[in-house]
Amino acid sequence: MTDLTTDLGFLKLKNPVLAASGTFGYGPEFEPFLDLNKLGGFVVKGLYYDPRPGNPPPRLVETASGLINAIGLQGIGVRAFAEKVLPRLQGLDTAVIVNVCGSTDEEFEAVVKFLDGQKGIAAYELNISCPNVEKNGLCPALSPRHTRDLVRRVKRASRRPVITKLSPNVTDIVEIALAAEKAGSDGLSLVNTFLALAIDPETRQPRLANVYGGLSGPAIKPLALRLVHQAASRVKIPVIGLGGIMTGADALEFLIAGTRAVQVGTANLIDPQAALRIIAEIEDYGRRHGLARLTDICGTIKT
Amino acid sequence: MAHFKEIKESRLREIFGFPGKKLSPGREEACPGKSFLLCLTSANEAEMMVDPAARIVSRESWGSYFLFIVESPLIARRAAAGQFVMIKVADVPSPLLRRPFSIHNRNGKEIELFFKITGEGTAILSRKKAGETLDIIGPLGKGFDLALAAEKGQATAKAALAVGGGRGIAPLFFLARELAAAGRPVKVLYGGRTASDLPLRDRFKTAGLDPACSTDDGSLGFKGLVTDLLEKELKASPAAAIYACGPEPMLRTIAGLAAAARIPAQLSLESHMGCGFGACWGCVKKIRRDGEESWVKVCEDGPVFRAEEVVWP
Repeated sequence: MTDLTTDLGFLKLKNPVLAASGTFGYGPEFEPFLDLNKLGGFVVKGLYYDPRPGNPPPRLVETASGLINAIGLQGIGVRAFAEKVLPRLQGLDTAVIVNVCGSTDEEFEAVVKFLDGQKGIAAYELNISCPNVEKNGLCPALSPRHTRDLVRRVKRASRRPVITKLSPNVTDIVEIALAAEKAGSDGLSLVNTFLALAIDPETRQPRLANVYGGLSGPAIKPLALRLVHQAASRVKIPVIGLGGIMTGADALEFLIAGTRAVQVGTANLIDPQAALRIIAEIEDYGRRHGLARLTDICGTIKT
Repeated sequence: MAHFKEIKESRLREIFGFPGKKLSPGREEACPGKSFLLCLTSANEAEMMVDPAARIVSRESWGSYFLFIVESPLIARRAAAGQFVMIKVADVPSPLLRRPFSIHNRNGKEIELFFKITGEGTAILSRKKAGETLDIIGPLGKGFDLALAAEKGQATAKAALAVGGGRGIAPLFFLARELAAAGRPVKVLYGGRTASDLPLRDRFKTAGLDPACSTDDGSLGFKGLVTDLLEKELKASPAAAIYACGPEPMLRTIAGLAAAARIPAQLSLESHMGCGFGACWGCVKKIRRDGEESWVKVCEDGPVFRAEEVVWP
């Protein structure tokens, strides 16, 4: 039987499959469907310091093999998370990662400082790459300098490991990845969604109230994989890959491209048991290929 | 998703050690064997579950309207009037998302779905044949409150009104049957553009729920909007409660009528949904509660809301 454990250096996972932020609620939403302890871990929905109303609807539009969303990071804020959600997660035997948001660099720091006082969190994922909250998809992850400054600031404030979540909407992903690494990020996760637009030709109006949104799902997988391969080839810190993973084979592509773990996102919305199915399919691959350790295949792309 | 079914049950048990939690007595035999996931989720004592192989028992159609009877014992057993299911209509990645469907009726091990072709997803579903299986999650959301008719000292002798517009009639058959079974008088108002938009009138009649019909063009029943018919109805005799499902302008008018007549009302709202079970926050509508307005998930907190809570766009 293949050993599925994966060591990110700062965090050991029982298997390389995490559920991605924004597609998994705060976690308990999925308890009716699966045993959360079977996951490598999950990343809870993005948290700002205060509750956040989110964008007006329509927030979703389906496209060919994809989904554009502009939820706008509606959320309950850190206090309600600590009071109502965290107690339900603290007994779990899996990695609970909190996706950290901020309208300003100060807010990112404030969220991390608040959460540092709470138990039951394995790491933070810095959401510097959400394309749905500022006009034209602006976010810190579009600038190497802003990425560096923000990561440095959060790393100084945090007592926990920090994973920086990168945007695909950049000219040079390597430049941003290196900036995050240099600033002390413990790991990287990429990619967030692709800035996208859909129009209703009948009304000539955008299909999302926010006009632009973030594209996810199988449509983006080859694009994400290319970006992940480029970044993972250049940084030394562990990379977590995501973007349109629907099957075990998809996940294996990301591992072979150089990641140590993967996140399953949009697939959770369609099949709430997708992460477990993907783990089973990875396990099956390990058996067929006679792998002692799954991580033996990480970064083994034959170019 | 179909790929999951190819992995043998024994392999899953080996990998995950399921059932890790003990199945409570009686549940084991409820598992049909063909569907391991049913057992898996029932082990979690969940109210909602995945049934990846719910068999279509029969299929009936009237133009672009369809009635499917689907065998899904555990979903059927847990279903309440006003709840819905999410159906994966394709095994391929496009269309990607599941589609929401009101539970039209429950009959033993079966649930019934009534829908109209309104796009790609419903068109694909409409082409499925009896004997084929559907991948269903359900039952989802909060349904109608049957006790609404008896709130605020209302005498239950007054009839509850179930008002459906077009395909919005779907959840009201289940509701009307439940109300009738609970001994509450119920009257169904069923409106559409033209007579062919009212294919379920005989079905209601057969169930002893003879509906008052309206059509915009007067081809059947009252000539006018179903909300006009409702207004007339309210003038003739006071109602205990109003339950409604249909297009948003119709629901908005009904909210106004209910408020003016001081009758408690519940509305089933429609929304584009990403997941249907509260994970994506994509399906929100503006709801006012305790004086505060916020974007509330239709899938989890709805689809049924009190009429006075809804903040219309």
